[in-house]
Amino acid sequence: MSHTVIASGESRSFPEAHPLLAAGGESGDILVLIGAGAGAAFAALKDPAPYRAILIELGTECLGVHTGESRGDEGGTVLGFARFRLGNAAPSDLVEIVRQPRTPDAVVAAARALFEAHGLKTAVCGDFPGRIVDRLVRPYYNAALGRLDAKLATAADMDLTLKLGLGYPEGPIELLERTGLAAHCDVTQALYDALGDAAYAPARRAQVAKARAGEK
Amino acid sequence: MTEKHPVGVAGSGTMGTGIAIVAARGGFPTLVFDLDEGRVAAALAAMRAFFGKSVQRGKLTQDQVDEIMGRVTGTSRIEDLAVCGLVIEAIYEELEAKGKLFAALDAVCPAHTLFASNTSTLSITEIAARSGRDDRFVGMHFCLPAQLMKLVEMSPGLNTSQESFEAAWALCEAMGQRPVKTQDAPGFILNYFLVPFNNDAIRLVEEGVAAPEEIDKAIKGALGYAMGPMELLDLVGLDTQVLLCEALHGVTNAPRAACPPLLRRMVAARRLGRKTKRGFLNYETTAIFGA
Repeated sequence: MSHTVIASGESRSFPEAHPLLAAGGESGDILVLIGAGAGAAFAALKDPAPYRAILIELGTECLGVHTGESRGDEGGTVLGFARFRLGNAAPSDLVEIVRQPRTPDAVVAAARALFEAHGLKTAVCGDFPGRIVDRLVRPYYNAALGRLDAKLATAADMDLTLKLGLGYPEGPIELLERTGLAAHCDVTQALYDALGDAAYAPARRAQVAKARAGEK
Repeated sequence: MTEKHPVGVAGSGTMGTGIAIVAARGGFPTLVFDLDEGRVAAALAAMRAFFGKSVQRGKLTQDQVDEIMGRVTGTSRIEDLAVCGLVIEAIYEELEAKGKLFAALDAVCPAHTLFASNTSTLSITEIAARSGRDDRFVGMHFCLPAQLMKLVEMSPGLNTSQESFEAAWALCEAMGQRPVKTQDAPGFILNYFLVPFNNDAIRLVEEGVAAPEEIDKAIKGALGYAMGPMELLDLVGLDTQVLLCEALHGVTNAPRAACPPLLRRMVAARRLGRKTKRGFLNYETTAIFGA
């Protein structure tokens, strides 16, 4: 298995050097498109046929934006992916691989093998806004910010309770402070726009942080 | 050294037994109360078994265990709790049942006895209102398994006196626990966040976003959690999650607390998690028959 990496603009998944990037060659059978312009690079690709898999780095958009969709029968050699990353913290080791309804299992397996061979962990999901992790954690973070406003407990006690009670490595308030409340606002706003679910509407404290970030 | 007044634990199920271990280990004379004598005996046996393992692991000596268990008394007579400075209730989550228990305790305990409820979902103020002493009543929610988890969510009811809350807080610390103060709000902190979070995970399965094992891999890989939500649900029991949803949604009407239809279907199909060897994940052996 060999791969080729094409970078188009800043990559949130790979902002710095990484073994996966270093190992890329010129004529690999898996094409990895990274950066904010990955979708445009895919659109400009003249001949996708030689590749057994094409992996497009996603932002908050669905893979279908790049591949097109038809009657739930979409899916081929093109997958989406993103390393989960909170704000400006370093990307985690978790790569969410996005497949479509008719994506062959062999294509997914090839993507998994590529990422895992370079020290990353993988989880496969369908083509939905927020994928897995953002879909799950953003309402939880919003709720924590809301309960802080409601004075359920102090920020320190809320964090401590979730760490001691559930074994979480970090409480939600300290985690959001470390990684950026304004970034949380951006992600939740995008999810709220896409899903229309009030659980994703940016919490007041995130909106305040976003407004203040805009003033600087 | 301040005298340690006896601690009573009303209810001898898993939580009650764990709390009794904490109290006795903390140096308090401990009374384990249950109307069913068989359940009392089982609770004491479970305590001895727990401490036996502590000896095997070198955490306690047999002499220390003998001393701890020497502080423990089992009883099915509620009158015996009259000697207690604190009674912690740990029976099933039903307001009427808890109210009846506290009314009975109020009739036998002296005025200085503090009452506490280990409820995880009911209102402390509502239970306290049935106790006859709502000024001397606090929420003390121990985490499962109580004998291993330091955290206790402590909540004052609307009429709890500051003096009573501080006294209960000090007793909690004297047992070696780490109390945190929360409002008397549905689910306090842990269940307020955990029940909807787990429901959200179930909804991802329901909507075809990802398979259960992929959800667990994602959450553990991204956030460093020791367990994914599907594993945790299977461990807690899907029937328990239904009860938690009903309790939390019943008082909050929050959409995320509502029981997902898939969860109800799984309970109907007896896919309850680890205890039935099948929940969101499969715990049956994968070995081929005859291998």
